[in-house]
Amino acid sequence: MDLSYSDRYRALQAEVRAFIATHRDRSPSAVGVRRKPDAAILAWQQLLVEKGYAARTIPTRYGGYGGEPDVMEAAIIAEEFSKAGVAAGIASQGISMLVPTLLEVGTEAQRERWIRPTIRGEVIWCQGYSEPGAGSDLANVQTRAVLDGDHFVVNGQKIWTSSAHYADWMFLLCRTEPEKPKHHGLSYLLLSMKTPGIEVRPLKTMTGKSTFNEVFFTDVRVPADQIVMGRGDGWTVANITLKYERMMLGDANKFMHRVHRIRELMEGTTIDGERLIDKPEWRDRLVRLQGEVMASKYHQMRLLTQQAQGVDPGLGRMIVKLYGTEMGYRLSALAVDVYGAAGLVFDPHDDMTGGADDAATSWHVDHMYDLGLIIGGGSSQIQKNIISERGLGMPREPKPAAR
Amino acid sequence: MEFALTDEQRMLDESLRGYLARELPLETLKALAREGQGVSEKHWRELAELGVAGLMVPAEHGGAGLGVLDAAVAAEALGYAGAPVAFAGPAVMAPLAVSLMASAAQQAEWLPRMAAGEMRVAVAFAGGTGQTGRADVTLDGTTLSGAIDGVLDAAGATHVLTILPDGRAALAEVRGSGVTGEVKPTLDRTRPLSQVTFDKAPVAVLDASNDAAAAARRVRDAGRVMLAADTLGAAQAMLDKAVAYAKERVQFGRVIASFQAIKHMSAEMATELEPCRAMVWYAAHAADAIPEDAHVAACHAKAHVAEVGRFVQTKATEVHGGMGFTELMGLELWYKRISLDRHMLGSPERCRHEAAVAQGWVAG
Repeated sequence: MDLSYSDRYRALQAEVRAFIATHRDRSPSAVGVRRKPDAAILAWQQLLVEKGYAARTIPTRYGGYGGEPDVMEAAIIAEEFSKAGVAAGIASQGISMLVPTLLEVGTEAQRERWIRPTIRGEVIWCQGYSEPGAGSDLANVQTRAVLDGDHFVVNGQKIWTSSAHYADWMFLLCRTEPEKPKHHGLSYLLLSMKTPGIEVRPLKTMTGKSTFNEVFFTDVRVPADQIVMGRGDGWTVANITLKYERMMLGDANKFMHRVHRIRELMEGTTIDGERLIDKPEWRDRLVRLQGEVMASKYHQMRLLTQQAQGVDPGLGRMIVKLYGTEMGYRLSALAVDVYGAAGLVFDPHDDMTGGADDAATSWHVDHMYDLGLIIGGGSSQIQKNIISERGLGMPREPKPAAR
Repeated sequence: MEFALTDEQRMLDESLRGYLARELPLETLKALAREGQGVSEKHWRELAELGVAGLMVPAEHGGAGLGVLDAAVAAEALGYAGAPVAFAGPAVMAPLAVSLMASAAQQAEWLPRMAAGEMRVAVAFAGGTGQTGRADVTLDGTTLSGAIDGVLDAAGATHVLTILPDGRAALAEVRGSGVTGEVKPTLDRTRPLSQVTFDKAPVAVLDASNDAAAAARRVRDAGRVMLAADTLGAAQAMLDKAVAYAKERVQFGRVIASFQAIKHMSAEMATELEPCRAMVWYAAHAADAIPEDAHVAACHAKAHVAEVGRFVQTKATEVHGGMGFTELMGLELWYKRISLDRHMLGSPERCRHEAAVAQGWVAG
């Protein structure tokens, strides 16, 4: 056990701190993924890419910084930005999921075409995976793509498509080989959202915001060379992408920050003249959650070490999404409980029309959004199947007998 | 940055687990637990020969000179095996207390004998831990009077080290005059508790520390980390047994491990338990190397692992169904071990309160 950083990492830490001290005025207040990046965000992103604080390991020939993969460096950079409360690079599905996928299995032409504008935030991607009949059973995707000359013609419907209302491009999982078994009949296409035949309808969620969409395809023509890997390889590619999605969730520093925000709330909220932090039944809930967050923080430090040493953490990695999302939901639940009845004035603003939510509304929105995180990206129940089957070696549920 | 055990710590873990798997098969453990006192002289002796007793004794006094993290690795292995031996007292808290509080002459006299396993010191806190039960003693010069309930590791001990709430500490010989140790029938059949009574018992006072209260707190925190590590090991044993049982037990024509009801309970146990390992390591490492974090980390580890322990002891028993409710599987030995850990040296509620106080969230 050695929790100190070596000279090289201490130097990086000092460099990042100096950068933040010098440039923090230029940092946009939020680099959310809920709207298209404006000029300030794009300029900030470009600065971060130049310095290697975003797209650090992307090769320079694709516009990245060209750093060696080093999980410790990535962790130090993330930690310094998070501690300083300064916006880190854009965390979009394109950067976090599509770019690593292209680096892993894309063609040279595909990498050259899409990686540079994506990491600079100029091209925003949305993920065309889920369908009304293909949620947890993702491989049941029915959106069809039929080859017609040198184009695929796409027909069907996607749902839960975040950011489709402003995205430029989509990575799409669709069925090209209907005669093959379901996992082998899929392909992974990249398509411009400006292609004729695409209709995006916003889907209002329980948070009062339209962060999701339904996307309808009618005879949408996609050039045949915009396929990643080959026909029938879609399931393989989709799983590569999902592997990167599940690594995006569960930042322990963010959760510890939440613990302290809730402590401040409990210090500032009184019932019958007594601060909630002084009431044992309230304080105990918070301290108990702090314990859970600490366990997750040290677990992630352990995972980081294993990754740096090239050891597969196995079960340790599989539990991260389930643990983090369930814990995040309990944290925001405590915050809305602290607001109590006074926090029930609920006035959410739509992300598209802008306007900031008041603090209580914002916690309620976060709380409901946290429930969305439990359900999306492979629900908690799907995670439990993965953990028990791949982590604990328990058998799959037998398929129902054919009728 | 390396958040991992060293090769030496992994070897310690493997050698202990190897020994315990060989020398403590389930039937042996069940027989020892049935015999009443639970403690095994044979296993204590052999573990002492493997270096367990002297783990925390400084090298110049014949020990291995290792730290709380090494001890936590051992505690997890002992908890996994349900080992009916004293550990947190004689192998961890006592050598730490003597190193921090005793004079050089006392250290030279006691530590080598502790490392050899011939001097077995139970540690009794006369209050200050939040543990329920009587803890009422008076130190008058060099004599001790009063009684303490719920003393861990006193069965088979040669000495009792009493730590008073103000940090003063006094060592009494169990066979000396005025000392009575009565081993009580205890929920955990592998680690019985004792009631220790002092009637003007002559004691050696440990008063060499210039901050006795802080030293006492370090000893208590190390004890709490050991209890958390023990629960971690015991809960891992229960989870492993539940998963193995589910893969064999057939109902409705299928192994029950293929039912999602069972799979999801198992996944939940694994998800809660795995981060506890990193938490115990951190708390133990902080006790060795990060003094400013050590107390809060120990309180949190004790509380959180106890809560996860209760979840795992419950669900792992449920996976075993009716068999889990019997003595036949021996599963109850681990169940009860986890229960004992929870209540020793302060409940989760107490430990969380101390964590809040230590962080300045509330007045003490």
